[in-house]
Amino acid sequence: MKTLLKLLLAIGAVLLAWPAAAALNVFACEPEWGALAQELGGDRVSVFSATTALQDPHRIEARPSLIARIRNADLVVCSGSELEVGWLPLLLTQSGNDRIQPGSPGFLEASQYVVKLEIPKVIDRALGDIHPAGNPHIHLDPRNIAKVAEVLTGRLVELDHANAELYKTRADAFARRWQPALESWTKRAAPLKGVPLVVYHKDMSYFINWSGMREAGALEPRPGIPPTPSHLADLVERMQRNPAKVIVYSPYNNPRAAEFLSERAKIPDVLLPFTVGGTEKAKDLFGLFDDTIDRLLATVK
Amino acid sequence: MFRIMWYAMAFAVAALPAQAQESDTAKMREELRQLQQRLQQLEKRLEQAESTATQAAVQASSRPQTESALNPGVSVILNGVYGNFSRDPNTYRLNGFVPTMGDVAAGRRGLSLGESELAFMSNIDHMFRGTLIASISPDNSSIDVEEGYIQTIGLSHGFTIKAGRFFSAVGYQNQVHAHAWDFADTPLAMKVFLGNQLNEDGIQFKWVAPTDLYFDAGVEFGRGRQFPSGVDRNKNGFGSTNLFTHLGGDLGQSIAWQTGLSHLRTSPQDRAYDDVDSAGAAVTNSFTGKSRLWVLDGVLKWAPNGNPTYNNFKLQGEYFRRNEDGNLTFDTAGAALTDGLSSRQSGWYLQAVYQFLPQWRFGYRYDRLDSGTTNIGLVDSGALSAADFPVLGGYNPKRNTVMVDWNPSEFSRIRLQFARDYSRLNQPDNQLLLQYIVSLGAHGAHKF
Repeated sequence: MKTLLKLLLAIGAVLLAWPAAAALNVFACEPEWGALAQELGGDRVSVFSATTALQDPHRIEARPSLIARIRNADLVVCSGSELEVGWLPLLLTQSGNDRIQPGSPGFLEASQYVVKLEIPKVIDRALGDIHPAGNPHIHLDPRNIAKVAEVLTGRLVELDHANAELYKTRADAFARRWQPALESWTKRAAPLKGVPLVVYHKDMSYFINWSGMREAGALEPRPGIPPTPSHLADLVERMQRNPAKVIVYSPYNNPRAAEFLSERAKIPDVLLPFTVGGTEKAKDLFGLFDDTIDRLLATVK
Repeated sequence: MFRIMWYAMAFAVAALPAQAQESDTAKMREELRQLQQRLQQLEKRLEQAESTATQAAVQASSRPQTESALNPGVSVILNGVYGNFSRDPNTYRLNGFVPTMGDVAAGRRGLSLGESELAFMSNIDHMFRGTLIASISPDNSSIDVEEGYIQTIGLSHGFTIKAGRFFSAVGYQNQVHAHAWDFADTPLAMKVFLGNQLNEDGIQFKWVAPTDLYFDAGVEFGRGRQFPSGVDRNKNGFGSTNLFTHLGGDLGQSIAWQTGLSHLRTSPQDRAYDDVDSAGAAVTNSFTGKSRLWVLDGVLKWAPNGNPTYNNFKLQGEYFRRNEDGNLTFDTAGAALTDGLSSRQSGWYLQAVYQFLPQWRFGYRYDRLDSGTTNIGLVDSGALSAADFPVLGGYNPKRNTVMVDWNPSEFSRIRLQFARDYSRLNQPDNQLLLQYIVSLGAHGAHKF
C-alpha cells in the first residue's frame, strides 16, 4: 500500500514537473527556420520541419501528420508572405491550438522582419502565382538570417522565460559565429558580382540581391507555371544574344528544363541547395551558404 | 569717373589672391578642421537617415498579412459543363434504393452553366473564424447557403467547435467542395446514402489527440434538414447525430494516408418519394423510422519525396452501410396503407487519380451498390405486390468512370469525363462531360 502511494506520488510529481521540463515544440514551415530554431534553442527546443528541401513549399498538402504536429506546437516559424497560403491556414484552423494562431507570440512570420523584394506593383493572377506581399524566399540573404535570429530569440525568451538566459547566450554565440561567416561569404562571393544567371523559380532573388549577381531569366514562364517548350526556346534564343554564365535550380525543381537550356545554350547548370538539407554539405545554415557560394564559384569560374 | 572705378575694381580683384597667399596658414587649417567636422556630422546624419529608411522599408514591405487587409478573403468559383447523355437525365434514378429528396442526376444535356460559388472567409477575432459559401444556381436564380459557419480558433488542447451550416463529417468526400472533387460528380454511394452531399445545420465538436500519429474524434448534432432525414421536423432538440473519427499519418517521405469511420443516426419523419404502382399510376410513398449509416473511408496519397508538383497519385475509397427500420406508407394521397419496412443496404467506390505530367491528371473510378435486403411489410402481408414498389426492387447499380484533366495553374481545371452508368435497371447510360472549373480571388487551402 505504501509503495503504491509512493509510486502515485512519484507519478504525480513527474506529471507536475513535466510541462516545465518538456522542450519547447517548434513547428517550422521550412527547413531553414527549423535549423535556425535549433541553433538558438539547442536542446531546449524540439524542432519539427513541415517540409524538406526536396519539397516545394508552395505545394504542400495539409496532411494529417502536419495537423498532429502543429496541434502540439508552442511556436510556429514560417516564411509568411503567402508562401504557405495553400496549406498553413488549414493547419492552423484544424489544430485546436490557440498558442500558435496569427497574432499570438507563438506565430512568427519571418518575412515580416526584413526588407522584402519584388513587391508587385500590379497584382494579377495572369502574371502567375505571385505574392502580393513581395517575394517570400527571404532566407538566402545571410543578413536576413541574422535579423530573423534576433526576432526568434525574442520569441523563445518570451515563450520559455525560465530559459531566457540560455537563449540569449546561444543567440550571442550564434551572432559571433554568423558575423565573421557573413564577412567571409561577402569576400568569397565578390567574384559573383554582376554575373548573369538564369533561375528556375523566383526563389533566388534575395541571394542575387545580396551577392550582386544579375538575373538574366527564369525557366518558369511565370512564377509557379512549369517551364513550357516555347518559353525554353525563347530562352535559348535570348541566351544566344545575351548569354548568362550559369543556370541554377533547387532540389525540388525538375532538373530537365535546366539541363535542356544548358545543353542548347552551352551554359553550365548547377544544383544549389536552396535550403538546409538541399545538398550533403548544406547540413546547417552555415553549410547552406558555404555550399551555395562554392557551387556557384566552381561553375562560374 | 567710371574708368577710375573699373581700375580700382580690377586692382582689388588682382590683389585678392595675393592677400590670401599672405594670410595665416593657421586660419586655413582651422577652416579645414571645421569642414572636416561638418563632414563627419553630415555622415553621421546620413547614416541615421539610412537606418531609419531601412526600418521604414521593413515596415512598408511587411504590410499586414490578414486576408486583404481587414476585408474577408473573397473567392469565386465558376464552372461550366457540356453534357452528352445517351439516356434522358430527367429520368435518372438509382434502382434498388429509396430516392433521395434532391436531384442526383449527373448533369444536363448540352451546354450549361454549373453552380457558381461565392465564398467569404476571415478570422472574426481571436476566438472565431467565419466562412460563408453561397452557391448561385443559374436557372431559378436562387442563392443557397452551401456552408455558413463559425469555428473556434481560440480553444486549446486540440478542441475545435464549429456551428452553423457545414458539410457533415460523414465519410471523406462529403466534406470536400465540388470544385475540389477529382471527378465531375459524386460517387453513386453518396447519391443514394447522402442525397449527393449532406450539409447540416448544426454544431460540431472535434478533438485532435496530442500524438504524432494523427487521431481525431468528434460528434455533430444536426437539424436533420436533408436526406436521410425527412422534411423539416418543427421540433426542439436535434434531428441527426453523427459520430466520427480519423486516423492518419505518413509512411516515409512519399506517402500520406488517412482513414475514417463515421456513424450517422437520423430518424426520418414522413420522408416521401415518388414511385409508380403496379397499375402504372404515380404514387407518393413515405417512410418514418430510424436510419443508421456507417461509413468507412480511406485516402492514400503518394508523391515522390512528398513533392507533388510533377507526379502524384491519389487513391480514395469509401464503404457505406445503412440499416433502416420503420414504417412505409403506400400512396399517401390515396390508399395510405402503412406497414413495416426494414432494409440493409450497402455500397462502395474506389478511385485512383494519377498526375502523369505537370498539369495533367488521369483518373479511374469504380462504383458499386448492393441493394441488399428490403422487407416491405405491405408485400409480406399480401396487401400489395412487389410490383407496386418498383424502385425498391432488388438491383445492384454500378458505374465505370474515366477522366482526364488539364490544370494550367492551381486556379483552373479543364476536365473530360466519360462514364458508363448502370444506375437504371437494364438501361446503361453513356455519360460524357466536358467541364471547366476556375477559382478567382483568395487562395483557399484545400483539405487533405
